[in-house]
Amino acid sequence: MSTILLSVLALGGMGLLFGVGLSYAGIMFKVEEDPRLGEIKDALPGANCGGCGYAGCAALAEAILAGTAAPNACPVGGEASAKAIGAILGVEVTVQERQCAFVKCGGDRNKSSFRYTYQGLNSCGAAMQLAAGGAKNCAYGCLGGGSCEAVCAFGAISMVNGIALVDNEKCTACGKCVKECPKKIIELAPYKNKTRVACSSRDNGKTVRANCTVGCIACKICEKNCEYGAVHVNELLAAVDYEKCTQCNVCAEKCPMKCIVK
Amino acid sequence: MQVILIFLSAVLVNNFVMSRFLGICPFLGVSKKVETAFGMGVAVTFVMALASAVTFLVYNFILVKLEITYLYNIAFILIIAGLVQLVEMYLKKSSPTLYQALGIYLPLITTNCAVLGVTVLNMENYSDSFLTSVVHGVGAAVGFTLAIVLFAGIRERMEHNNIPAAFKGFPIALITAGLMSIAFLGFTGLIRL
Repeated sequence: MSTILLSVLALGGMGLLFGVGLSYAGIMFKVEEDPRLGEIKDALPGANCGGCGYAGCAALAEAILAGTAAPNACPVGGEASAKAIGAILGVEVTVQERQCAFVKCGGDRNKSSFRYTYQGLNSCGAAMQLAAGGAKNCAYGCLGGGSCEAVCAFGAISMVNGIALVDNEKCTACGKCVKECPKKIIELAPYKNKTRVACSSRDNGKTVRANCTVGCIACKICEKNCEYGAVHVNELLAAVDYEKCTQCNVCAEKCPMKCIVK
Repeated sequence: MQVILIFLSAVLVNNFVMSRFLGICPFLGVSKKVETAFGMGVAVTFVMALASAVTFLVYNFILVKLEITYLYNIAFILIIAGLVQLVEMYLKKSSPTLYQALGIYLPLITTNCAVLGVTVLNMENYSDSFLTSVVHGVGAAVGFTLAIVLFAGIRERMEHNNIPAAFKGFPIALITAGLMSIAFLGFTGLIRL
């Protein structure tokens, strides 16, 4: 009899203790949720399609609230949901500037050198697992495996002579190729700004020259010639500040390696 | 010295996944990416260390004293469930990013047999020493993390391989797990306690 009583008391007591402890912890560790979060969630379509690049509508709502995503980031809800969210947040919703993907490498089969011939799956991930991260001498360049082409749902990417080319008209800036590229050389650039640096190499000038005929050698000629302070060479690679660039294309003309495209 | 040996034997020789076959569910479920696998490993380590400590205290100072040791299973499950809830609340408050990364796997640790397994093994083998129990718990968890991270690394690479259609996905993962288990058999006899 006493065993039954003891076991019931002991387990019941422990259960009670844990229960009290947890409910106390629940008060202690309470996370304040912004009431606007629920409102934004309601304003979104709720389809959880992932077209915005987030895991679902709830994740996008959190990102919008945190300021990491624009109120008009939902491509499905369009203007209606963007306006509703703008009203909740109390901000003016502006139409997002059109962007498109850009492959920061110009070294096709003729322009860059290779250390071996890759014969295998047409997948950049597979090619990169081999010796030295791919067949190209340049460790930064496009592998030409076509992983971005395969992942593009809009047929905007095509492989031309071993290098990925983006069709600016077809590209919707969904960002799938940006995530897919194992070399991380695809970026989203403003659609209207065509002056871009088509190189990702952070090797020094000598190495770049040995590997590729269209690589950035960090000579800073572009930086010196830009009247608007829009081109800067950081860590041995030129980059265009799209905010400042006026597309005079002086840098593209002066570039000795012709790695700035227009 | 004994403690170090117990730790190493829990990590390598008696690896929870590879030779005791505990915690297979998260081992297969959360091993698609090294990053999430590592996160899961860290969460399991945390819970196992805490569970080892608390179950030792409860077993020695409540169950043994009241002579109701036959209730250890229920008591341990209760403790683990409570602990996981507590860890979840704490993480949600203190580190939302880690909480997000672990996602559903955190509450799933409640039903992870490796955690219950480590507490039961502690009770059977090391019920006389608090330190040894906790070290064994941490060792088992590190072993779990090692196995799941290695496995995730292999699976990440297999993604790009040319696998026959019939073997794609879980079949090849199970075969790989079997081969890994055989490889871990190589540690047998490394440590004699």
